[in-house]
Amino acid sequence: MQVIRQTGWMVVRQARNLAREPIWIAMMVIQPLVWLLLYGQLFSRVGQLRGGASSYIEFLTPGIVCMNAFFGGSWSGMAMITDLNRHVVDRFLAAPASRFAIVFSQVVRAGITAVLQALLLLVVGLALGVRVHGGVLGWLVVFAATGLLAAAFAGFSHGIALLVRKEASMIATANFIGLPLMFISAILIPTASMPPWIKTLSRFNPVNWGVEASRNAILTGGNWGASGVYLLLLVAATAVTSLFATWCFRSYQRSI
Amino acid sequence: MDAIVVEELRKRYKTVQAMDGVSFAVREGEVFGLLGPNGAGKSTTVRTLATLTQPDSGHALVAGEDVVRHPNRVRRSIGYVAQDSGVDWEATGRENLMLQGRIHAMSGTPLRSRVGELLELVGLQDAADRQARNYSGGMKRRLDIAIGLVHRPRVLFLDEPTTGLDPEARAAMWVEVERLASQESLTILLTTHYLEEADRLAERVAIVSRGKVVVEGTPTELKAGLRGELVTVDLADANGRAHEAVSVVHLVEGASEVVAEGQQVRARVPNGAKAIPLILSALEERGFPVSAVTTARPSLDDVYLHYTGRDFSREDQEGNR
Repeated sequence: MQVIRQTGWMVVRQARNLAREPIWIAMMVIQPLVWLLLYGQLFSRVGQLRGGASSYIEFLTPGIVCMNAFFGGSWSGMAMITDLNRHVVDRFLAAPASRFAIVFSQVVRAGITAVLQALLLLVVGLALGVRVHGGVLGWLVVFAATGLLAAAFAGFSHGIALLVRKEASMIATANFIGLPLMFISAILIPTASMPPWIKTLSRFNPVNWGVEASRNAILTGGNWGASGVYLLLLVAATAVTSLFATWCFRSYQRSI
Repeated sequence: MDAIVVEELRKRYKTVQAMDGVSFAVREGEVFGLLGPNGAGKSTTVRTLATLTQPDSGHALVAGEDVVRHPNRVRRSIGYVAQDSGVDWEATGRENLMLQGRIHAMSGTPLRSRVGELLELVGLQDAADRQARNYSGGMKRRLDIAIGLVHRPRVLFLDEPTTGLDPEARAAMWVEVERLASQESLTILLTTHYLEEADRLAERVAIVSRGKVVVEGTPTELKAGLRGELVTVDLADANGRAHEAVSVVHLVEGASEVVAEGQQVRARVPNGAKAIPLILSALEERGFPVSAVTTARPSLDDVYLHYTGRDFSREDQEGNR
């Protein structure tokens, strides 16, 4: 399976390149912690935001884990723009590299990064009194949800990168989709506290699928069936966006 | 057998007809130069042959395979060194080469030893394990060429291999290409807008202008097609009589394409050694003092002017804009 091998080697390339960027690594560690601690403090006195959790930080942790994953995924297309600008993509395309492998390796890389950050956030959360009520299965569900959430948005982000091919347009697009999706989700407040129309919209928001699955795993320690459905939806979303990005190579190749 | 056959390729971008019926053929094992000013359509042609760009119409075979119908087969037999370096800056030279080999389904010891061999070939063995972002322009270019050669391609495309290099690095690159060319099995298609580069490296040349091949042949043939030499006479004191001098030189046997430019009169003659004394005596008879005479064998510059009716360097600068 040449596609799988190529994807693997391209993931190795990206991981190795990123591991050589100390500032990138520092930001990957610090940023999610800043969100967790900042938002955790900001809303900690608003009792009704807890949604049944023992503390707001416990309620918030699954939300921040997912926010971090989907932001990471939405921005990951920048890597494709760098590769386009440095003509690395052209080099691959003139060789028998699978278009799907070029995109999917970036999607996998975004997923792995999000899982590592989720692990970090959960460990810090534990120190702040957060308990994963779903046990081992709960941890696995959180990792699956964050990895898939990042992957689904990474596919979309890479498609956009191949269509717009400019940093400025990429940044505008990521902002345009990022913040609304965050506020149409249960990242910061429980679904029960949302106005009805936002509640309805949030059901169709992939970000919320990840948030619901993670919150079930951490707070409830149950609802596994519902979480399974959310994870399957995220798998489907990842497949759709990855294929969308692969298809976007056509648009890029028409432009050169 | 022909390694590359190009028939009537056409490609239009919004406002530019980049290829307007490009046709030529490259024999197996030769170094073939596509020569033309910036914007003539050379890069579009090479990108089409490297399966990156789809032509609007026309056909092209590379190593016997159709570039539109079987792009993946073509990709296995070509190495493509683009005008802009495709080096991954964050990776080391060796890592760049290893990944390219993996893409070509190479692995294990054969890949590792091939990579070592190439690093030596392009003189990067000492820099092999440094990140490519620290490489000079010439080093990146040589790494690009090594990347194009990892899988032992049958056809190598070199798109403007020396553009942006300083004179020293350019000379080194010429030696490099000559060394590659000496490998019998490798066919090289190079594009250049440097006339002297095509003259030096290419066994055969196609001159491309405005999306078409205007003439094809060895550099010697093309220059011989212009017959003879260019004689330039500097008049010491023409006093606005340069036009009269032109008609004088015109009468000399064999002189053609006689033109005046300021104090200079230029003419094309079949044989400089025979014609110069005749030109000088004819001018002196009519009272034109001559300060200097030079002769030049035709360059590819002259060939370009002859076949397109346009000045190469002016067209080159216009293409840049």
